[in-house]
Amino acid sequence: MKKKRIVAMLLAGGQGSRLGILTSNMAKPAVPFGGKYRIIDFPLSNCVNSGIDTVGVLTQYRPLALNSYLGTGQHWDLDRNDGGVFVLPPYVTANKGHWYSGTADAIYQNREFIIQYDPDYVLILSGDHIYKMDYSKMLKHHIEKKAAATIAVIKVPMEDAHRFGIMNTDEKDNIVSFEEKPKNPKSNNASMGIYIFDWKLLSEFMENDSTAPDSEHDFGKNIIPGMLNAGLKLVAYPFDSYWKDVGTVGSLWEANMDLLGEPAKFELNDPDWRIYSRNPVMPPHYVDSSAVIHDALVTEGSVVRGTVLHSVLFSGSKVGRATRTSDSVVFPNAMIGDGCIVNKAIVGEGAIIGDDCVIGAEPLFGEKIDNKLTGDITLIGNDVKIPAGTRVPRGAVVTASIL
Amino acid sequence: MLNEAFGLIYTGENNPKLKELTLTRSVAAVPFGGRYRCIDFILSSLVNSGVQNVGLITQKNYHSLMDHLGSGKEWDLHRKHGGLFMLPPFLTKDNTGLYRGSVDALRSVLGFVRRCSERYVILSGSHTIFNTTFYEMLEYHKSTGADITMMYNDCDPTDPEDQNNDLRLCVDENGRINDIELDPYRPRTRFASCDVYIMEKTLLEYLVEEAYSRGEYDFIRDVILKKCRSLRMMGWRYDGYIARLDSLGVYYKRNMDLLDKDVARELFTSSHPVYTKVKDEVPAKFGAEANVSNCLAADGCVIDGAVSNSVLFRGVHINKGAKVTDSVILQAATIGEGAVLKHVVLDKGVIIRPNRVLMGDVGYPVLIRKNQVV
Repeated sequence: MKKKRIVAMLLAGGQGSRLGILTSNMAKPAVPFGGKYRIIDFPLSNCVNSGIDTVGVLTQYRPLALNSYLGTGQHWDLDRNDGGVFVLPPYVTANKGHWYSGTADAIYQNREFIIQYDPDYVLILSGDHIYKMDYSKMLKHHIEKKAAATIAVIKVPMEDAHRFGIMNTDEKDNIVSFEEKPKNPKSNNASMGIYIFDWKLLSEFMENDSTAPDSEHDFGKNIIPGMLNAGLKLVAYPFDSYWKDVGTVGSLWEANMDLLGEPAKFELNDPDWRIYSRNPVMPPHYVDSSAVIHDALVTEGSVVRGTVLHSVLFSGSKVGRATRTSDSVVFPNAMIGDGCIVNKAIVGEGAIIGDDCVIGAEPLFGEKIDNKLTGDITLIGNDVKIPAGTRVPRGAVVTASIL
Repeated sequence: MLNEAFGLIYTGENNPKLKELTLTRSVAAVPFGGRYRCIDFILSSLVNSGVQNVGLITQKNYHSLMDHLGSGKEWDLHRKHGGLFMLPPFLTKDNTGLYRGSVDALRSVLGFVRRCSERYVILSGSHTIFNTTFYEMLEYHKSTGADITMMYNDCDPTDPEDQNNDLRLCVDENGRINDIELDPYRPRTRFASCDVYIMEKTLLEYLVEEAYSRGEYDFIRDVILKKCRSLRMMGWRYDGYIARLDSLGVYYKRNMDLLDKDVARELFTSSHPVYTKVKDEVPAKFGAEANVSNCLAADGCVIDGAVSNSVLFRGVHINKGAKVTDSVILQAATIGEGAVLKHVVLDKGVIIRPNRVLMGDVGYPVLIRKNQVV
């Protein structure tokens, strides 16, 4: 096998339980985003645009949707003679075999995949972040700094810092210490979950870690602190563009909204850094003469007959006549009937909302909604059918069809 | 019909009535319907019929066609066996490199035809747009014992202004074609050929060699018309939507047809999708002041102005205060602030400067040539 300079390993195992019913039948990276994309399109497109042509996708939860979505990788230009994209599920051997017990374990179990390319560097990515990043610049930083490991960091608001892994650095970007979700953060340099390691070094550490009795086999908890304790040079790679963890319903909704407006917080329309995706093969979208669309993203296969304000419509979605959809995200092939009001909602893939429904309605007096998961966003599950005239209160989660 | 038939598409048609749309591209590569090119429809119909081996005869101006088709990957035609074969003209001792007509072109690709292991050939032109599968037509061909089966539809006689290879078929009650007229001034029949022929490939080889040996060069005029009575030709009627891109006026109208939801549903039926080259454009973005009604718009559009009754291809920018009505705007055109367009066809990459006014008429749309700045 031809030697590769760098191989990317994408951790796509997350069930994404905080996304609730959106991930009931698919892994988090396969969740739709931004009209025609899925979350995994972002790290994959970043890889291709950065010149990385070998990507292992580590998955263990509901791999079907992800597997069939990736196919041969041709949509990302990753159908290569040498390299390309590979889905790597856990496996059993003659005498053992187990699920991935941590992020480092997932890589360790697939070390043979990496070894066959004999790379100098390994790039570790996670499958639940939305951002555009040139990894080749990060690799250059890594090489110039002669680091053992480079960790991409982004400044987060100080009051949010306690939710992240925080890297404390000196003035030369060297990482002095690392704290996972600290109560009293010393800095606001949050780890983005993007690491470049020297492969030889990483494989030594993973080898040792694999037999350590009380290790959680996690990059953040074990490998990085282990390298720091060993006195190796770890550097931070500061990143200052848009980056969003879309691990919760609220952040997924927000990230979709960030695509709207002029200028948008996150601009997708960038011919120099295209985001690739599997094409749904549908005709251009149709806007009816009764439609009103302001401040929205609409993609192929959609049919709009009603009013759409500040919303994102995915491929094949339909909005009926005299329906008002605002601040909402309508997933692929979801259908909203006539005369509905849909406000601040995420409508799941293939969901069907009958005529004259109100989704995200003001709660009635005394009505209590369990909205721990969603806040004030109303969530309609994938393939859920809602009969005509139904009122779904704000913050509710509809998991099964209402009969 | 897996492996029973191969496709052979002739893209050498020339049509001056399409004006500057075909200045730098073949008819097959003319953009249509927001994100497609003419060729996508016949190619998708073949692929959706299980045809896995397609030869594409090119004549001239085929650069944009090759760019569009690439390896055939988007049509699932990048295959180990079969797949998409581009057959451009070439120069040999008995081949001038330039075809006088379709017989010359067919003769020069007989090498490809001989290598095909399929028994039947589906021969087609490229300027007729429809979305179907050929299973039934092939079954019909076999069961009627026809030598040649031709697809036709019920179509109002064409205005002589728009006439371009209007092949009229007189079909009797048994489906047999007993007379054929080409571009008749007063057609005797409402039935017009859809430019799709099924026959055994050995018959095609014979007919082409025979015509060539007599110095004939037009497959329609010299073979189909003359053999009408000596061969058993059957008509297979197609009742779905058909667009023939005969002239600029018709091109404009057929694009507008797609705003009719029944037409759009018929042409873009999801059970056999129409494939095209994927550009990975972003979803269309509507600004806060956008005012859009009765429009078909493709990905990559950025709409801040007013658009009604129009078809917008990929990556069209409509700036604030611009007003576009009854128009067909091809890929990546930009309409400046305050510009007013009505009944226009803008070719790819046209830039309309702010506050320009362009008005055509339903019967005579204004066409602006590729990459022009107005």
